[in-house]
Amino acid sequence: MSTEKTAADTPVETAEQGPGAASGTAPSLAKEARPARDGEPLLEVDNLGKHFPVTAGLLRRQVAAVKAVDGVSFSVRKGETLGLVGESGCGKSTTGRMIMRLLDPSFGKITFEGEDITKMSQGRLRPLRRDLQMIFQDPYSSLNPRKTVGAIVGAPFRLQNIEAKQGVKKAVQEILELVGLNPEHYNRYPHEFSGGQRQRIGIARTLALKPKLIVADEPVSALDVSVQAQVVNLLEDLQDELDLTYVVIAHDLSVVRHISDRVAVMYLGKIVELADRADLYERPMHPYTNALLSAVPIPDPSERGDRQRIRLQGDVPSPLDPPPACRFHTRCWKAQDICKQVEPPLVELSPGHQAACHFPENTTVSATDEVARAAVAPAAGAAPAEESAPEA
Amino acid sequence: MVAFIVRRLFGAVGLLLIISAVTFAIFFLVPRAAGVTTDDIAGRFAGKQPDAATLAAIKDRFGLDDPVPVQYGKFIKAIVVGDTYDTGTEKIDCPAPCLGYSFRTNQSVTDQLVDRAPVTFMITAGAAVLWLVAGVSIGILSALRRGTIFDRAAMGVALAGVSLPIFFTGLLSLAFIVHRWEILPAVNYSGPSDNPFNLLLPWICLAFLYAAMYARLTRAGMLETMNEDFIRTARAKGLPEKTVVLKHGLRASLTPIMTVFGLDVGLVLGGAIITEKTFSIPGLGQLALDGVNQSDLPVVLGATMTAALFIVLANLVVDILYGVIDPRVRHN
Amino acid sequence: MARKRQAELVNDTGETAAGRGAPTAFLEVRDLKIHFPTDDGLVKSVDGLSFKLERGSTLGIVGESGSGKSVTSLGILGLHNRGNANVSGEIWLDGTELVGASQNEVRRLRGRKMSMIFQDPLSSMHPFYTVGKQIIEAYRVHNDVSKQVARKHAIDMLGRVGIPKPDQRVDDYPHQFSGGMRQRAMIAMALSCDPELLIADEPTTALDVTVQAQILDLIRDLQQEFNSAIIMITHDLGVVAELSDDILVMYAGRCAEYASVEDAFHRPLHPYTWGLLGSMPRLDRERSERLMPIKGTPPSLINVPEGCAFNPRCAYCDLTGGKSTTERPELLEVEPGHKAACHLSLEKRREIWDSEIRPKL
Repeated sequence: MSTEKTAADTPVETAEQGPGAASGTAPSLAKEARPARDGEPLLEVDNLGKHFPVTAGLLRRQVAAVKAVDGVSFSVRKGETLGLVGESGCGKSTTGRMIMRLLDPSFGKITFEGEDITKMSQGRLRPLRRDLQMIFQDPYSSLNPRKTVGAIVGAPFRLQNIEAKQGVKKAVQEILELVGLNPEHYNRYPHEFSGGQRQRIGIARTLALKPKLIVADEPVSALDVSVQAQVVNLLEDLQDELDLTYVVIAHDLSVVRHISDRVAVMYLGKIVELADRADLYERPMHPYTNALLSAVPIPDPSERGDRQRIRLQGDVPSPLDPPPACRFHTRCWKAQDICKQVEPPLVELSPGHQAACHFPENTTVSATDEVARAAVAPAAGAAPAEESAPEA
Repeated sequence: MVAFIVRRLFGAVGLLLIISAVTFAIFFLVPRAAGVTTDDIAGRFAGKQPDAATLAAIKDRFGLDDPVPVQYGKFIKAIVVGDTYDTGTEKIDCPAPCLGYSFRTNQSVTDQLVDRAPVTFMITAGAAVLWLVAGVSIGILSALRRGTIFDRAAMGVALAGVSLPIFFTGLLSLAFIVHRWEILPAVNYSGPSDNPFNLLLPWICLAFLYAAMYARLTRAGMLETMNEDFIRTARAKGLPEKTVVLKHGLRASLTPIMTVFGLDVGLVLGGAIITEKTFSIPGLGQLALDGVNQSDLPVVLGATMTAALFIVLANLVVDILYGVIDPRVRHN
Repeated sequence: MARKRQAELVNDTGETAAGRGAPTAFLEVRDLKIHFPTDDGLVKSVDGLSFKLERGSTLGIVGESGSGKSVTSLGILGLHNRGNANVSGEIWLDGTELVGASQNEVRRLRGRKMSMIFQDPLSSMHPFYTVGKQIIEAYRVHNDVSKQVARKHAIDMLGRVGIPKPDQRVDDYPHQFSGGMRQRAMIAMALSCDPELLIADEPTTALDVTVQAQILDLIRDLQQEFNSAIIMITHDLGVVAELSDDILVMYAGRCAEYASVEDAFHRPLHPYTWGLLGSMPRLDRERSERLMPIKGTPPSLINVPEGCAFNPRCAYCDLTGGKSTTERPELLEVEPGHKAACHLSLEKRREIWDSEIRPKL
């Protein structure tokens, strides 16, 4: 109960206005920046959170909560790829699992194709499972070793009682071919395949029922570099061919940049920045994004020493007891008193580019300004949609 | 850690209550379902040809005609606060923990248990030390010399140990070691006043059975542990192999061994029935066996409760030891 | 920052193969072979590897899983069980030959003269002993000092690798440390006896990117301080580019290419190195529309392909006129300090790199 209250108190409330303002003020700009993938939202996540209770003492009373995800909002448009990136413990995988309804959210709302699926029973979710699929990280443990490739990839047909026109076997073989496997592999077992091929089997399984949305949780991080590239290319080809929408969860910033149209950076259960790929990587606004990018080793020895390095001190704080206000302030070199007292909301600082920071980089407006403006505008009685932004 | 122990203690008490209820139900309801009347039970206590008045008095004394839940309540109450029986002629005081009186000998069950427990304890202690030391060392050596003749021979013997019942090894060793070759004296032990080394043969026979299992368990655990990354680190530090094996390897494989050891010790403490019977040692196992043979319900019930208590206690100790051995348990 | 380039190549491959003569470098590996007999056949994890390394310089060994890079590092430390691994060749460390030395002799060098950092610091530390105890143990096995002295040394080492409040953290268990702190503690343990050779096997792969940056900085700083020779084993070309002086690219247990870090990234001469570079999405370049993966998967080490082990995956295999499927290419020094094992002519390779590969990176 109390969790919902805290969540409502936190600036997610204000963050909600971000996307709203985006569609209101700058749709044309956003279109220019992005290629054709600009359909209606397929998935909308609103103030989603997951708190895991921590118990202690004789009676195992709940004494605290791990705030794995603490109010994230974003939407995924049809045909696009949204990258969720962040370090371990930032809540990106938990978010993915909640979207898949493998975990029940503590609060918030998930809308898929206009339908609220947040509290939908597993029974009612079942038909939706056709449209929502997930690719897992570990190609070794996510395939049942006792089943043939045919059985694994064909299982969704049986589970959903779907009659393939030409028979299940034919349909499965077509999918195998689609993901670059030999249709003759139908009767083989997973252990006969290498890691990359297993990941292809995993992908084939998700494709069986022609899903609309695929959540891929670290789809390539267990693979060798050369094989990783094959799978990345495969995912891109499949997207074009089958008109898929992806949410790709990964810790590797280079992979996320390559594969995503838009990228959300998460830190300690919150989205700190969300923007178009090019925008995010070329003009990162949040200091954390900056630090992340600067930490990636560059495979070019001539850039050694030339690069401006931002080195974060220490480790990510525990999600059990995240720092108050801006969660990044304990490691941020720009932090000032306000960062310890007021949580910066995630707001749109330039068209399609949201960041949650009091002192963002690569921009003249800060989140605080934006909030002040949003607060002033309705009070002044201006029409909320067509406010002519008073440029500072 | 304190909360952990307290929680465990509560759990143990709850578990004992459940066990007692189930045992009680089995011993009091099953005979009745089979047609045994309370008169029959009272008759056993009264001896030959009792008249109706005696039977009624006995039934009244033991509350045999009370509803079973009431009887169970009395049983538990007696354990906690003791009881006083009124035979009509005299009052018998039975202090807590009172487990009632034997139908056959009219002795206090608690006294009988206290009388027999040291014997079983001696059997268990000696055998447990033997099987732990022998089993674990053979297991370690087998793991380190995997695939060698030593390993195969040890595991072969271990298999034999697990599969040969104690009445076989026991009788065989009695026949040869004691009677034919006279290497060891006859097994003659009935209390702490006797020489404990009279128990050497039962120790060895019992330990043979268990050591085999421990050897296999230790071997499997060590084989797994010696492949762990931290063993590689220990070697990379340049530690001598002995330190690597004993300090790093063995310590990490102790947990499963300890779990099984706790269970086994608890089990044997409750009565090594076959061993005691084979070597005619008057321990708890013999007591329980006699109780069953003579349909002496209070004795059977008492022995069962004692065995359960030992197992629950042993498990509690193991749980606490987990925290001692593994700091991750302690900190969580 | 002027960087020393002390890692030298073995000048003459003939001499290396013969493996005779006194070593000239601090660490010299000659024709190292590590084979494991299994029920399925002989696994040739390392099959004839030679390189040299001087104090104060860093060699990056790059390869995919199963290329033999980790097996090599464990081989140098003598950590393979002599019962199930056949090790041959020579490993000279500061004038001592290790392959033929007794187990006890090698053990005495381990942790003191040469030590190692592993990939996963959580599983690589004993869960039941405090971090301090584990460092003290590593120090005392090679130094005859009291526990108190060793403890002071452990605290000192923890402080030097950047662990705050080392006098308190010394009594913590590994699980009480965060991932990054744990790897620092691991480094403190590896450096406790001031080793001259440090082998880091994927030291940052299990860490988050911001922590990885911290650890790489730490290793760089410590090298300056201790002047140790470092072998950095990784699959991440970015890590190698940041830290190494020389790069050894391994494929199927052999060296495919050996070059200075500049040559390896700017003028690579082996198609496998090209493949690795093309497979990586890069943050420092315009985003390419497509990655250029290597086709197929790394070979089984039991059935290494005939001829050039890379030939089934090589896009330019046909240009050798079938030679690469029948004849194993020698590792030849094609430029000073730059070796590659490829049948293609040097001119052809330069041409392919300049016209086909580099523009697409």
